[in-house]
Amino acid sequence: MLRHTNRHFKFDWITIIIFLVLVGFGWLNILSASQSGGAISYFDTSQPYGKQLIFILLTFGLIILLLALDTKFYERFSSVIFAVAMLSLAGLFIFGKNVNGATSWYAIGGMTIQPSEFAKAATALAVAKYISDLNTDIKRLKDQLQTFAIIATPAILVLLQNDTGSTIVYVAFIFVFYREGLPQIYLLTGLFLATIAVLSLKFGAPIVAVELTVAILTFYYFNRKKVTLPQTLVVLAVGVTLAFGIKFFYESILKPHQQDRISLWLRLEKDPKKLEQMKRTFAYNLNESEKAISSGGFSGKGFLEGTRTTGKFVPEQHTDYIFSTVGEEWGFLGTSFVVILFVFLILRILHLAELQKSQFSRVYGYSVAAIIFMHFLINIGMVMGLIPTIGIPLPLFSYGGSGLWAFTILLFIFIKLDSNRINEW
Amino acid sequence: MRRLLLFFLVLLSGITFIGRLFYLQIYKGSSDSLYEDNALRKVWDYPKRGFVYDRNGNLLVGNQPSYDVMVIPREVDSFNIEEFCKLLKIDTATYAKKLDRAKRHSPRLASPFVPQLSKEDYAILQEKMRKYKGFYIQKRPLRKYETTIGANVLGDIGEVNNRDINKDPYYQLGDLKGKQGVEASYENLLRGKKGIKFIQKDRFNRDIGPYKGGKFDTIPEQGRDITITIDAHLQAYGELLMQNKRGGVIAIEPASGEILAMVAAPTYDPNLLVGRKRSKNFTKLYYDSIAKPLFNRSLKGVYEPGSPFKLMNALIALQEGVMTPEDKVTCYAGYKYGNRFMKCHCHRGRRNDLTSGIQESCNAYFATTYRKILDKDGNASNGIDTWSKHAKSFGLGQYLNNDLHVGAKGRIPDRAYYKNIYPRTFYSTYTISNAIGQGEVATTPIQLANMTAAIANRGYYLTPHIIKSIKNDTIPRFFTTPKYTTIAQQHFEPVIEGMHHVYTKGTAKHLQVKGIDICGKTGTVENFAVVDSIRKQLTDHSIFVAFAPKVNPKIAIAVFVENGYWGSRFAGKVASLMIERHIKGTISRTDLEEWLLKHSLENEYAKPYSGQPFAINGRTQLQIVEEHEYYRLKERLHQLNKATK
Repeated sequence: MLRHTNRHFKFDWITIIIFLVLVGFGWLNILSASQSGGAISYFDTSQPYGKQLIFILLTFGLIILLLALDTKFYERFSSVIFAVAMLSLAGLFIFGKNVNGATSWYAIGGMTIQPSEFAKAATALAVAKYISDLNTDIKRLKDQLQTFAIIATPAILVLLQNDTGSTIVYVAFIFVFYREGLPQIYLLTGLFLATIAVLSLKFGAPIVAVELTVAILTFYYFNRKKVTLPQTLVVLAVGVTLAFGIKFFYESILKPHQQDRISLWLRLEKDPKKLEQMKRTFAYNLNESEKAISSGGFSGKGFLEGTRTTGKFVPEQHTDYIFSTVGEEWGFLGTSFVVILFVFLILRILHLAELQKSQFSRVYGYSVAAIIFMHFLINIGMVMGLIPTIGIPLPLFSYGGSGLWAFTILLFIFIKLDSNRINEW
Repeated sequence: MRRLLLFFLVLLSGITFIGRLFYLQIYKGSSDSLYEDNALRKVWDYPKRGFVYDRNGNLLVGNQPSYDVMVIPREVDSFNIEEFCKLLKIDTATYAKKLDRAKRHSPRLASPFVPQLSKEDYAILQEKMRKYKGFYIQKRPLRKYETTIGANVLGDIGEVNNRDINKDPYYQLGDLKGKQGVEASYENLLRGKKGIKFIQKDRFNRDIGPYKGGKFDTIPEQGRDITITIDAHLQAYGELLMQNKRGGVIAIEPASGEILAMVAAPTYDPNLLVGRKRSKNFTKLYYDSIAKPLFNRSLKGVYEPGSPFKLMNALIALQEGVMTPEDKVTCYAGYKYGNRFMKCHCHRGRRNDLTSGIQESCNAYFATTYRKILDKDGNASNGIDTWSKHAKSFGLGQYLNNDLHVGAKGRIPDRAYYKNIYPRTFYSTYTISNAIGQGEVATTPIQLANMTAAIANRGYYLTPHIIKSIKNDTIPRFFTTPKYTTIAQQHFEPVIEGMHHVYTKGTAKHLQVKGIDICGKTGTVENFAVVDSIRKQLTDHSIFVAFAPKVNPKIAIAVFVENGYWGSRFAGKVASLMIERHIKGTISRTDLEEWLLKHSLENEYAKPYSGQPFAINGRTQLQIVEEHEYYRLKERLHQLNKATK
């Protein structure tokens, strides 16, 4: 196999090739989405595509650095890296620059850096380090709480900075914990609560409460030997409380724009006037993005020939909505290619993670896969209108230096860890 | 097991996404409408709008080319704005404002920038047009009126508004659409269908060639020519006679329901509403809230009909059998009911039968008649419903549902209508004013003309309409199907006899025309206006209905002159002249003609707005038009007579 032929080329080249293809194809689409007709000067740093090209070239330096560092470095310094990342997040409250309502950027010279992007890799390292510690047993409640504390720290910090999208990404770590032995009840509870919340919003609390009561009592009746009545009643109480409480949460705690996104997603709004108004304001992005994707048809309109892309119909197209450019210009062939590429990348990482002999590497690899999966799921789901609008980038694809470098770091630390597998005994 | 969860979730989301992509991109597929795709340049080709001819084949409305400067804001590039503005005859501030408005409508769709350039401006601009990126010239047909009459009949076309566009996607901003008159009611026939060429552009906005070899291009379909029932000369004559008066004249051919003339006074020159000056002139006409030139009085003016409605009451009484033509009623210079009294102009102690009742327009006679109808079975509530049903069968109190763009319902009350006013008891005396066409009955001039036509036809009418023929098509069957009234044919003769007596020895005996047996009925209607929040009586309206000849009628006419005092004073003269002109083609009663041209009612109309106390009816003096106005009218009459020969 390729990875065993030469000790200098022991890295997982399949992952690296997918990485290169995604970055390269991403850049072509950024170029298309940000060019405005006329001549293209590739290194024009006043244009997003020019800046991104420079970021990409710098990435190669970063990769060499990441692969050159000793494997032990990452494990040994993971706590320090995590601490630095958290401090940089906290520092945003004082020095941060506010863009579009979120205080997520440091402005240094002409550049802006988004520490929350890097914090994901740091958290992954910290989680890996903590779980792989011999004293940690994830089946114990105390250790569970501590693990949750590690991901809650960055999650709460970015939430306070109004970056809801990045917060949601930390949910991904649940899959990692589960893989490492977190009791099933957490996942089931999460699924149970999420289902009740969505159903209550969509169909109204009373109906859900009644049906929930019937379902749970029926369940109890047939499993009398296994579950006690008090247990059943607690579950029922929690469920019913949530069914009624979610409306309050939705109306009083969520901000109006978040309410609107959810109401559009669940088709809650019935007033045609309000719908028309929604269509003209925030749902516009989604509408245009869906139209652009579907206008691509099977084979797309061709590179640089997308009329909606050239016409700049989809706002933010080179960042969060980059996938709609793929849809319009490369058609179904292009979009399914990207989807398959992502699926393949994530599965490859998962597969490699399972092969790791050190638990640190395995947990880290799992975290990488889970984080990329979360981004992939939310971003593409959002662009196609399958889930509510949440602003996070498509990894390695969207425009943005911080994002690109953060994912490069995330991924290549794992590639480095993986390359050392043989020596791990 | 634990290893597989994320693995499956990843696969599942990948499959879901590809499924969704399949739906969006392949199942729904290229949903880009050609019209919305901004990669295509759309060149519209507007067809000729259909011509409008009068019943004698005279061209009334044709077309002239007009050139709109259109803009696609997104494509506007930098150029010498000042020079461009100079060519368009606008200033740079206006330029910015117009561009902004177009941008707000849509940055990528075409909006009219400067509509309707003159031919001269277009000639100069055309050569330089390619310098101004984002702008182009759209040619469309504009109306050209071959006449100065019939503004209320012909109507006009104007730019569509957002509501029109939402209602019918055929229209785009800047398109022209019929707004009033036949232009509005026959819009779909007249407009034709515009054609389109799709031209493929590249991303530098250059034309590459026809999109897909012109597969989707369409050629324009010409608008259809129509002939309307109006006799242009009669219409012009009517408008001339109604100069310096307000009101409406409707003349109908009873046998066909065709509208021969439809005058609304005051009117305006239809040429005012053509081209670039349209909006300025329209605003002026629209905001003239006193003379209301845009208000089509012959169709929308709802007035109490006055004495002509006595004909209706006579017919109902005969049909219901409560009176015979020979029954006599003594007039005591009025009619006493309870402790109240309705005055009458006929001689005290005169004993009227039906014909002389009509001839002298005796209020006492018709008050008696009306009470007999309502009290027929001792219950006025049933009586008034029967009465109402008969009147409605003449097309009164309801929309005519014809091809005129506007209309009014008028009012024929029934018991249900009076429920609010008289919830419990209801006696015939409560509504006695209806006997003489006042009180709660209200009609439009066209309804009165139609009622007269139904009398002329001895029992049926054809819905009055304006379309005579459509090129390569037939007119709706609805217009050629007779609608029968609920009055039996034999009851019409005594009433018609009475109407004939009106001319030979009654209230209109001074209006006789030699050689034509005219049947008519005068009307004088009290009316009120609210002046400074006080209800004040104004000079009576002058009303007249007539048809002629008595046998085999050719024309039925209703004339309404606001504040003309009594029926034969203004309205009757207009009616006689119109009838003579239609039947004989020449005028023998030039004395009537002379009198109408010479007299104006403008002083009457000014009274409520003068702020001064004013006198009405008998205590006023008639205004004589100024000399130059008189000569202007004489000149027009001369022109008209020349044209007819």
